[in-house]
Amino acid sequence: MKVIHNDQQAFYDEMYQGNQALREHYKSFGELIKTSSAKKLSHLQYSADKAQMAMGMTFNVYHDKAGQEKILHLDIIPRIIPAHEWQVLEDGLKQRIEALNLFLHDIYNEQKIFKDNIIPKELIVGSKDFLEPCLGLTPPKGIWCHITGTDLVRDKDGEFYVLEDNLRCPSGVSYMLESREIIKRAFPELFNKLGVRPVSDYSTKLLDMLQYLSDKPKPVIGVLTPGVYNSAYFEHSYLAQQMGAELVSGLDLLVVDKKVYMQTTKGLEQIDVLYRRIDDTFLDPLAFNPDSMLGVPGLFEAYKAGNIALANAPGTGVADDKAVYAYVPRIIKYYLNQEPILKNVPTYLCREEKDRKYVLENIASLVVKETNAAGGYGMLIGPKSDAAEHEKFRQLIKANPNNYIAQPTLSLSTVPSIIDNKAIEGRHVDLRPYILYGKDIEVIPGALTRVALKKGSLVVNSSQGGGSKDTWVLY
Amino acid sequence: MLSRVANSIYWLGRYLERAENYARFIDVNFNLMLDLPGDLKEQWEPLVMATGDKALYQASNQSYDMQEVIYFLAFNEENPNSLISSISKARENARMVRENLSKETWEKLNETYHFVKKASENKTWKKEDPRSFFESVKSQILLLYGIADSTVARTEGWYFRQLGQYLERADKTSRILDVKYHILLPSPKEVGSPLDFLHWMALLKSVTAFNTYRRLYGNIDPSGVVEFLVLNKYFPRSVFFCLKEAEQSLFKISGTNGYGYSNSAEKSMGELRSKLEFDDVNDIIATGLHEYLEHLQVKINHISNQINDNYFQIKDNFVSQTMEQG
Repeated sequence: MKVIHNDQQAFYDEMYQGNQALREHYKSFGELIKTSSAKKLSHLQYSADKAQMAMGMTFNVYHDKAGQEKILHLDIIPRIIPAHEWQVLEDGLKQRIEALNLFLHDIYNEQKIFKDNIIPKELIVGSKDFLEPCLGLTPPKGIWCHITGTDLVRDKDGEFYVLEDNLRCPSGVSYMLESREIIKRAFPELFNKLGVRPVSDYSTKLLDMLQYLSDKPKPVIGVLTPGVYNSAYFEHSYLAQQMGAELVSGLDLLVVDKKVYMQTTKGLEQIDVLYRRIDDTFLDPLAFNPDSMLGVPGLFEAYKAGNIALANAPGTGVADDKAVYAYVPRIIKYYLNQEPILKNVPTYLCREEKDRKYVLENIASLVVKETNAAGGYGMLIGPKSDAAEHEKFRQLIKANPNNYIAQPTLSLSTVPSIIDNKAIEGRHVDLRPYILYGKDIEVIPGALTRVALKKGSLVVNSSQGGGSKDTWVLY
Repeated sequence: MLSRVANSIYWLGRYLERAENYARFIDVNFNLMLDLPGDLKEQWEPLVMATGDKALYQASNQSYDMQEVIYFLAFNEENPNSLISSISKARENARMVRENLSKETWEKLNETYHFVKKASENKTWKKEDPRSFFESVKSQILLLYGIADSTVARTEGWYFRQLGQYLERADKTSRILDVKYHILLPSPKEVGSPLDFLHWMALLKSVTAFNTYRRLYGNIDPSGVVEFLVLNKYFPRSVFFCLKEAEQSLFKISGTNGYGYSNSAEKSMGELRSKLEFDDVNDIIATGLHEYLEHLQVKINHISNQINDNYFQIKDNFVSQTMEQG
């Protein structure tokens, strides 16, 4: 199949170096592509699509009468990460999660970090994600962020940068697992030759971690889902199935005397650990959002009494606020007395005078984000906006500096991808590895690589033409 | 087992069985029509009557044209009991309890669903001969049973599916037998004629009972067929056999020893099963076949409601379910 090379000055390509030569860890794969006919590759791609449909790896738009179930396009060309690069990521992620966990415990308990003036108190306690009911709480085994899916990107300098710490119910891990099964069928010979580290024991590790949270010898574990209409339902049921855990909805659960029970055909049965895939404030209508139809009344009281473990712990979300993100290097330094291993995207905090001045002067080249908004709302992409919009945001920042941060625009690295079954061309990717925090902190040697399938696009979200790739971490 | 999960598995069993039976009915009726004389060819009305959805059919159709009936019974998504609706709902229930199913079961069911969807997009009801589609649905569902049979542990979930499957089958066998009541013969004189014989044969074939019947009874006569399909103790599609199996499943679920009853569902089930156990074919004929079968269907519905009250009746289910039998 024909390979079209991108401008390799502007981006880092994961497969090819500047002179269009294959990088060392892509040599076997590159050879395979060279010798495979277009027909063979497009057939492999077709089989992958088919397999996803058969597995029901669909995210749905289920209300749609036409039964529109969509698959997240899986491009068969993998993203390969050599061992030495992975080691850095692994060490960096462990360090980051350890520090963030200490930070979470501190802000809900002693609040030393405020007293030592490392981070302004009002920034944290003023955040909508700071849950006051969690003050003074120690979750089981002192763990707050059990499951994390950190988003990273590789800039044109070849360095990885952390983009977001997703500390609340990150999704996508089922795609990492099922994609691997599909790609193993497509390129069995390469798995033998290259030595790809397995991800298939993820569910065992997840189960071990969840069991560790309870002191019972055989705790009852449940995955709490908002229900079959949730777009990530496939993942919830998949993980429950893989772990042999119960998949429960709020309506299956009942709290009696601060203990949580499932309603079974044989009556009530106590449940000890919940891997919850429901947002904090929907967990318990009595403690948080009274309108929540998804939660379980009394769950939070049971949690406070130590009768149920929740992963991730309620209140964790405050640590992945965009403004808090800027402080993570300082958080690492403060709690661990170490230099951060992974880079943060340089972030200018408009609340700080020096940064604000820089942002106002350089707004045309920056991305400005509202701290509490998600999903691209309240955002300005400087290079793609006109003078009037720049001016509008300057005024917004001046009026409410605490609400804004700014970052330079990054160029995401590319991985060659099959385009329209005709050619192979680089497309921008990000990287989401998964980290489990139980007895130890463990980084799963694999990741969800999301890819922006539209030429030139940097948007990897599935709703906007994004797909995924299997991610191979080599021994 | 979670009540919600048990509920879904029970309906998964019912909907799968319903889909398979619809595929059988249409397939066999199509075959029968090929054998009938010209003026009697288009007898599709009895099939619609037997499913109990006549009113719904008449709301949008004037005549009992073959294509229209096949569309209605197999592909109309507005018909809650059509083959495509049943398969969709079976899959929907399976999706809700996917963690309780084996991977192979789920994938096979999912594949069958996509197969039916595809056939619907291709307007299979307009084909001159759609039988291969119905054959294929039938064998895919049977394959699914086979996969389940050799991969699913005999724990509660298994018995809830069996319960659903056998109750549904008991109902469907009684309904297909009722078709005969509605099929028209040109005149009363034709009773016992070759035409009548063709009908009874088709009826037996639609529940794969023809060969077994032949071996056990030899001659085809109405009371023999009725006795065989309602009261036979060994044939897996006879009403009695299905009720007996369903009753056993209830006992396994409650963990009782198989005598008497431990809840209202077992009580109703035991009553109906023993009525059939002690009835003979003359009792059926004395009551009137149609009346007898109708009574059976009402009782089966009642048992299903009792199962619901005893095992599934929790707070509102987190997804809406259509559980009515049409």
